[in-house]
Amino acid sequence: MTSVQKKLLGIVVVVAGAGVAIGFYITGFLMSGPTAYHPPVTQGAQKSVNLTIQTVAAVGPTLSPNASWVSYVVRNNQNQWHRTTIWSLPAHTLVHVTVYQFDGDSGLRNPFMAKVRGTVGNTMQVNGKTMNVLNPDDASHTFAVPALGLIVPLKGVADDAKNQCDTAPCTMAEAHNTITFTFRTPGKGRYRWQCFVPCAAGFLDGFGGPMQTLGYMDGFLNVA
Amino acid sequence: MTRMGHGGRILALWVVSSAISLPLIAIFLTPHLPPGTGSVEAKGQQVDNEVLTMISVWIALGIFAYFGYVLTAFRLRDADPALDGPPIRGHARAQVLWIVFTTALVLCLAGFGTYELLGGAGGGQGSDPVFKAFSGDAKGTPGDPPLQVQVIAQQWQFTFRYPSEGGFESARFVLPVNRQVELHVTSLDVIHSFWVPALGVKADANPGADNIAYVTPKRIEKLAIHCAELCGLFHGYMFDNTARVVSQSAFTAWAKGMRQFVSSVTHYLPKYHHTYLPDPAFRAG
Repeated sequence: MTSVQKKLLGIVVVVAGAGVAIGFYITGFLMSGPTAYHPPVTQGAQKSVNLTIQTVAAVGPTLSPNASWVSYVVRNNQNQWHRTTIWSLPAHTLVHVTVYQFDGDSGLRNPFMAKVRGTVGNTMQVNGKTMNVLNPDDASHTFAVPALGLIVPLKGVADDAKNQCDTAPCTMAEAHNTITFTFRTPGKGRYRWQCFVPCAAGFLDGFGGPMQTLGYMDGFLNVA
Repeated sequence: MTRMGHGGRILALWVVSSAISLPLIAIFLTPHLPPGTGSVEAKGQQVDNEVLTMISVWIALGIFAYFGYVLTAFRLRDADPALDGPPIRGHARAQVLWIVFTTALVLCLAGFGTYELLGGAGGGQGSDPVFKAFSGDAKGTPGDPPLQVQVIAQQWQFTFRYPSEGGFESARFVLPVNRQVELHVTSLDVIHSFWVPALGVKADANPGADNIAYVTPKRIEKLAIHCAELCGLFHGYMFDNTARVVSQSAFTAWAKGMRQFVSSVTHYLPKYHHTYLPDPAFRAG
């Protein structure tokens, strides 16, 4: 083999190696998104689904490599807290949502988002009390599905509350608010949901990191 | 009968092809050009597109006529293919004609475009529109001023505030037909762009800025709203097809119902201002 042929072979090997590496990187990136959670469906006169989630100020190292990021987590069918924000729901079904809200308040950027809309009765229950609006300054996050006209502001834990949770998964012994509400899923489709509070501490104006990454403060309802 | 020269024949070809093509295009194509006739501004933009299309086709026909004739009339027939043609050393009349024609065309289009932009043409004109007096052809009577609507963009939804209807805010964009609307477009966070294609409205939404655009809807219809500025993870979902133009009476009824529905939150809203930037103390970052 001549020296020219050796050089050409070397170039081919390097280019092929780079191509394989790029392919692995892209495949890994595409496969790294959160997997969908399929809550069990309760059959009856009216199909329904129970969805239990918690919001935490820091998701912690056991649930994410970004341990300090604010996040939603969901309780899965094994009764464990799981970090995924893609939830598969049946169409035209009542979804009973329970949110354990462990994060403190940071206030709504747009106070209009403090009005509960799109739930059954346009209300929510906060620690058992029925409400249709929250003081915008008390909000920590929102659960909002704009395409459904659904928005629920989530009341934050008071700054001076005792026994506050540092990282997920938080326990019921730690300070929290319990918010419950029910909404009805529409027809088949993929609906994004999100938090409207710029709550990404440590990022410019709270907009980066977990606000811009699937699996933390935004996700999808896969309605089928 | 005098034989027509080359120039005359090319001109005749151009005139005949234009006489056939332009009416057909005017009848069958231009009425379907975007953005349609949903508003005074959209109609104005459609007229612009019609004018530009007709002129472009007219010029293209002239070019095709010229090249078609030249390639046919001056093609090499019996001469030696290896021979080059005689050198061309300029042609004053053709050069003057070219310069005068193209200059006149560009100046006319520039004048037309400037005139069409005087009213803003549905675009954002900043916080102090220079040509406010020219905006729309339905500026309203003294007792019927433009309806002010504040468009508030945030990641990733538009909301709308109606200061003259009690100052309520709504997630739905509803406008009355045949009334000029003064849109005050702003943002709570990053740069967005408020775009309603059917109304011919497009205005950047910048945080801390008031970008005014005028629109006068002319037809009762459903509308789609888009964000036209890449604004983050869910930019592609910053889309809403629930907006609509309704009759004045339906608008009044809707505003009344909405005012009641959101009354519990309206008193939490900041006093109406042309920008909508909250206290930085309430940012997590």
